[in-house]
Amino acid sequence: MIEVISEDRCTGCNICVNVCPTNVFAPVADGIPVIARQDDCQTCFMCEVYCPDDALYVAPHATEITHVTVAELEARDLFGSYRKSIGWIRGGRPRPAPEIMQRLEHR
Amino acid sequence: MAFPPTAASTIPTASLELDADVLVIGGGPAGTWAAIAAAARGAKVILADKGFCGSSGATAPSGTGVWYVPPDPARRAKAMNSRWDLGGRLADPAWMRRVLDRTYDNVNQLAEWGYPFSDDAEGRSIRNGLDGPDYMRLMRKRTKAAGVKILDHSPALELLRDDSGAVAGAAGVRRQKADTWLVRANAVVIATGGCAFLSKALGCNVLTGDGLLFAAELGAELSGMEFSTAYAMALEGGSVTKTRFYDWATFTFEDGSPIPGAASKGGRSVIARVLQSRRVFAQLDKADAETEQAMRYAQPNFFLPLDRVGIDPFRQRFPVTLLLEGTVRGTGGLRIVDSTCATTVPGLYAAGDAATRELVCGAFTGGGSHNAAWAMSSGYWAGSAAGEHGRHLRGRNRTVLRAGGVGVADGSGRAIDAATLTRAVQDEVWPYDRNYLRSGERLTDSLGRLDGLWSGARTAQAASLDEAQRTREGVAMLATSRWMYRSALSRTESRGMHKREDFPEKDDNQLHYTTSGGLDEIWIGHERAPSPEIEVLAA
Repeated sequence: MIEVISEDRCTGCNICVNVCPTNVFAPVADGIPVIARQDDCQTCFMCEVYCPDDALYVAPHATEITHVTVAELEARDLFGSYRKSIGWIRGGRPRPAPEIMQRLEHR
Repeated sequence: MAFPPTAASTIPTASLELDADVLVIGGGPAGTWAAIAAAARGAKVILADKGFCGSSGATAPSGTGVWYVPPDPARRAKAMNSRWDLGGRLADPAWMRRVLDRTYDNVNQLAEWGYPFSDDAEGRSIRNGLDGPDYMRLMRKRTKAAGVKILDHSPALELLRDDSGAVAGAAGVRRQKADTWLVRANAVVIATGGCAFLSKALGCNVLTGDGLLFAAELGAELSGMEFSTAYAMALEGGSVTKTRFYDWATFTFEDGSPIPGAASKGGRSVIARVLQSRRVFAQLDKADAETEQAMRYAQPNFFLPLDRVGIDPFRQRFPVTLLLEGTVRGTGGLRIVDSTCATTVPGLYAAGDAATRELVCGAFTGGGSHNAAWAMSSGYWAGSAAGEHGRHLRGRNRTVLRAGGVGVADGSGRAIDAATLTRAVQDEVWPYDRNYLRSGERLTDSLGRLDGLWSGARTAQAASLDEAQRTREGVAMLATSRWMYRSALSRTESRGMHKREDFPEKDDNQLHYTTSGGLDEIWIGHERAPSPEIEVLAA
């Protein structure tokens, strides 16, 4: 579930409010958005993918809250890690050589 | 034409009222292809999505194969044959051919639109796979570029009809504005996806069968609802249902001993049986370092939860579960009556997972490449036909009436408690021993309670604006579960994904499509499936 909006990173653009398919966030006048309906989070990670500031963290647990903190996430370098792995960063992501990708075709 | 007795049948109003030639409900792959195709026919098009067109649905957060096969007769024949028996021989060769043709053109169109396909060693573009975030971001952009008006966060609650029974638009709520919308349209495309019963399978919680309910309230028919037993593997407690890489897994009990017969393909029901009483562990120990590299590139989201909880799936065992994907990766849905993806209701079309995929997949999971191909093909056909139909009726002055029933129509009883209703439906459709491993006795037992829930709900007063979406989702899931289990009860054999413990064998006297419909009383019928004698599959 979505657990963290980093106050240091978030610029209040409210893109997450818009892109969340299950309407989990709510905008706040003159502030950064809040996680208003955490139970509705379907753990699809789309808010993280669309966040231009790498300010969001979705824990992989769909049914329980882990209480992970901003400090832990910064220490483990997890903010923005999914965006990076799908290549939504400058330079994209390197594709392994074709003979390596072919390894997936034989099973 | 008879309407359900609960239908509201009153003249509707809303905070935002719009007119269009075509309304598309749902903004995933099928809906966006439909909207673009309708606009290309000169129609004025509105697309309403429950969430956000571009991130909503099963495709956006995922990666998917696409049934993209170049038009070489030998390769096409091989592609069609490969799933023929798996699908219980219920697919329709003529439709498979059409979908292969249409998908080939549509994927090539994606390349022209700038989708970033990679090249292989010989410099040829690889077009048999799409990354969900990139694909759906591009589809949103193209939908807007086509002049389509998109209503995000605007769940539909019901269809509108005219006095002849033809569809005349839809109405719903704008949940971020706390008000209502209404679109009068001459043609409507239902592209609301399948129904996964809020299981939290990846991206699936917006897929609650809403479009099936709306269409059925206008008298539309369903087909293949017994093929609704898709369960996908995920890390225990997680949401990422990417099952493919479990082909490289060994499955064990908690103590590390192997589970006899367990496999992702062909042994998943063994896993379901064990999961009823014990935990199941997996380890991708059949993959080497280079395969791992390829996997990490091909499906980064498979590794996302594992990396975050600190599990190395190649070197460590990790607990897995099976999450219900229902008709999303099943094949049942609204019945298609012709090549334009029309339903039995005038002006109403169905596309993507909201429509039956038996035509292209038969009785076995439409997940992955076939569903993706079907979504873009059926979306294109439904949108094109809706565009023509909508424009043809332009300027016609029609009476517009509400068509919604339970949960939006006013009744004498108390309003439905959506959370309680949803939980009660889930209790009948989530358990492996009810849905995955079916028996006549347990299906009948569940249907008794599900029918009771319907009787209790059908006189409810209309939900409040705040509760309307959840209420209608609950009602849609309830209706879907009853079509599913009635259809499953009527198919007294095991075919494709539909497995009956009391009828474990295939019975070729049942080589038919199971049709269903109705709300208060559910009816079951049969349609003849195309037989291989009529059209031989060989090249």
